[in-house]
Amino acid sequence: MKNSHKKTAVNTNPLADPVIEVSNLDFYYGSSQALFDLNMVFPRRQVTALIGPSGCGKSTFLRCINRMNDLVDVSRMQGSISIDGTEINSGDLDVIELRRRVGMVFQKSNPFPKSIYENVIYGLRIAGINDKNVLDEAVEKSLIGAGLWAEVKDRLHESALGMSGGQMQRLCIARAIAVNPEVILMDEPCSALDPKSTARVEELIKELRDDFTIIIVTHNMQQAARVSDYTAFLFEGVLVEYDKTDKLFVKPAHKQTEDYITGRFG
Amino acid sequence: MKQFITRGEPQVWLTAAALTTTLLMGLALIVVVLVNGLGTFWPANLSQFNMTNGQVVLGEVLQQEPHPDGRGDRIQLKVGNRDLYGIDFRWISVADFSEQSQPEQVVCVERTEYGNFYGELLSVVVPKADRSSEQSLWQQLQTGRDLVAQQQDVLSDLADEVSDISRQIEVRQITDHRLAYKNVSESDSERLNLKKEIELLKVDFAEKLTKQRQQRRVLEGYYAEFADMNGRTVHIELANIVRSYQPNQLSLFSSAAIYADKLLELFIGEPRESNTEGGLFPAIFGTVLLIFVMSIFSFPLGVIAAIYLSEYAGDGIMVRLVRIAVNNLAGIPSIVYGIFGLGFFVYGIGSGIDELFFADRLPTPTFGTGGLLWASLTLALLTVPVVIVTTEEALGAIPGGIREGSLALGSTRFQTLVRILLPMASPGIMTGLILSMARAAGEVAPLMITGVVKLAPALPLDGDFPFFHLERKFMHLGFHIYDIGFQSPNVEAARPMVFVTTLLLVLIVIVMSGVAIRLRNQMKKKYTFGTF
Repeated sequence: MKNSHKKTAVNTNPLADPVIEVSNLDFYYGSSQALFDLNMVFPRRQVTALIGPSGCGKSTFLRCINRMNDLVDVSRMQGSISIDGTEINSGDLDVIELRRRVGMVFQKSNPFPKSIYENVIYGLRIAGINDKNVLDEAVEKSLIGAGLWAEVKDRLHESALGMSGGQMQRLCIARAIAVNPEVILMDEPCSALDPKSTARVEELIKELRDDFTIIIVTHNMQQAARVSDYTAFLFEGVLVEYDKTDKLFVKPAHKQTEDYITGRFG
Repeated sequence: MKQFITRGEPQVWLTAAALTTTLLMGLALIVVVLVNGLGTFWPANLSQFNMTNGQVVLGEVLQQEPHPDGRGDRIQLKVGNRDLYGIDFRWISVADFSEQSQPEQVVCVERTEYGNFYGELLSVVVPKADRSSEQSLWQQLQTGRDLVAQQQDVLSDLADEVSDISRQIEVRQITDHRLAYKNVSESDSERLNLKKEIELLKVDFAEKLTKQRQQRRVLEGYYAEFADMNGRTVHIELANIVRSYQPNQLSLFSSAAIYADKLLELFIGEPRESNTEGGLFPAIFGTVLLIFVMSIFSFPLGVIAAIYLSEYAGDGIMVRLVRIAVNNLAGIPSIVYGIFGLGFFVYGIGSGIDELFFADRLPTPTFGTGGLLWASLTLALLTVPVVIVTTEEALGAIPGGIREGSLALGSTRFQTLVRILLPMASPGIMTGLILSMARAAGEVAPLMITGVVKLAPALPLDGDFPFFHLERKFMHLGFHIYDIGFQSPNVEAARPMVFVTTLLLVLIVIVMSGVAIRLRNQMKKKYTFGTF
């Protein structure tokens, strides 16, 4: 179901249907601050790209959203991130539950050393779903959704490690969508892939938009321009500009953005 | 010259030489043991030497070397007949004998005491034998042995019955003793019943004993007379003959048959003659059982401890100290573990258990003395550090991306551990198990203190409830080697057995390791992280 709003929003909060809202987000690694007072919203069933030079904090920001930074002892978050109105850091939302609603695809694909079938349904199994029919259906649906079904439907029970790099990344995407999340976070999903696989994954992202909200971190501006509906530009932990992609790339409001886009620094 | 060194060629040769030396040492060990051990059971020819002083010496030629006095060579012979000569081996100088031959008719008789007999067969006495058919002396001996074997079966059945009655008496006596301990009076009905049962059993017991004695006398009626080559006669009961053959008349096939028979006896027979002859079955059984029980304790404990260290512990100074401690535990001399096991397990916990559960049997200790349980626990302590270190390494080798991937899908750390991390680490964990098993098979010092004996009356695992008798002392191949090699009354005679036992121990470790390595390879194939 396509998002039918064609707002004329040209300001920092252009969206009426946010799924994730971020307010006054500060983030610290130990004593050094990585993110400074971020305020933005992510629109439902749209692709939002986070761009910026290396080290600007986009991956850190992404990992805040599904609380993967909790794994780092010295990390500390202040401010609020809420999903559908529920604060993710409060006691109201179990982190396990959060991670089921917000999936993640990593830069380096990390399929488990199990069969393709077992990889895709891993998320369902740990949620306690073991009914074979349900699982079979989920496998087919997810692999079709990831554009992998035709290639692997005859070898579902072979090891997932016997696939090419591009296939493994698509498997990771299939694995992520099998649990039916609301949001999928993608941390530079194509940076380890060859151009052909990259193109396929980008295709996939555009298709997935119909059902999922996607937030993608990328240092490839052309990719951001190709794939995303909204783009946020971060620089040294600060949100410099956030706007519809067409607008940001054609007529950026800030000089820093323009400099970055035109390649004056990278 | 400098170029030659920096290009690395000497290093290639140096490293290759180091590897080759190591491999050769291992190979040499195996070859020495093989050569000395495998040949033991092949029936050797007997040579007869007519000495210049009129004596006739018959024996198995072992080796020939130059006489230390310089008067030519001398030959070492195994002459057997310990009951006649007092020694098993002697040296004769080449200069001292006039003739050497291999007489056809000489016999070799393996007996249950005094070792082998070498000599000639004079006569055979077999009661109720069928004298009508014309049998040679040798054939009479074989027939006699077959007949006596049947009588021996009768005797062993009687012995089983006797020991069964004895056990039943013991059970009742223990119960009675327990009642007495609880201050139940002697005129109590239960105790009177027990007394009556014990009396009846004792009557039965006496009957069976008498029958046993009678049967033994029957067996004594089967005997043969032998003479050594100098004419001294020896009386041997057929029941005491383990094996008899004419060594100089054996075909290749018969020799191989005897070899196979002795090999089989090695695996399933009981030891004889102070462990210098006979089989190794109790020692084999004890060693394997020890390895299993030890693994049951050390494996789960080590793996779980390693999981905590690897996954849940932080990185503070306490954790670092713990790691250092664990690594050093692996280096403590094993005898120290033995002493610790004696003090803590045997005298500490063992005495406690005795006082709580087996007070009625005191002062005879049940668990307050060495046994399979305490030996296994002591060895488990010895090998736990190995398991912990290898498991930690295996878990640490798993890329962090896998953990993140699992957690990002909404799994708990426990689920990630059980479903993904442990299966991926299983090859490494198996390595730890293999290493620990090999150590259990080989460490003898701690065992000597905590429960291994030279000769155990019963196995720790048998058909009587509760089937596992962990308080029993047991036999162990490693200790067996030490015992035969250095504690036996006749070290020379025992030497072949030492090599055979060593070979067997090496073989057991290789087999167990082989199984574990195969399992590990299967796991590796399943969980390898290939690709780029």
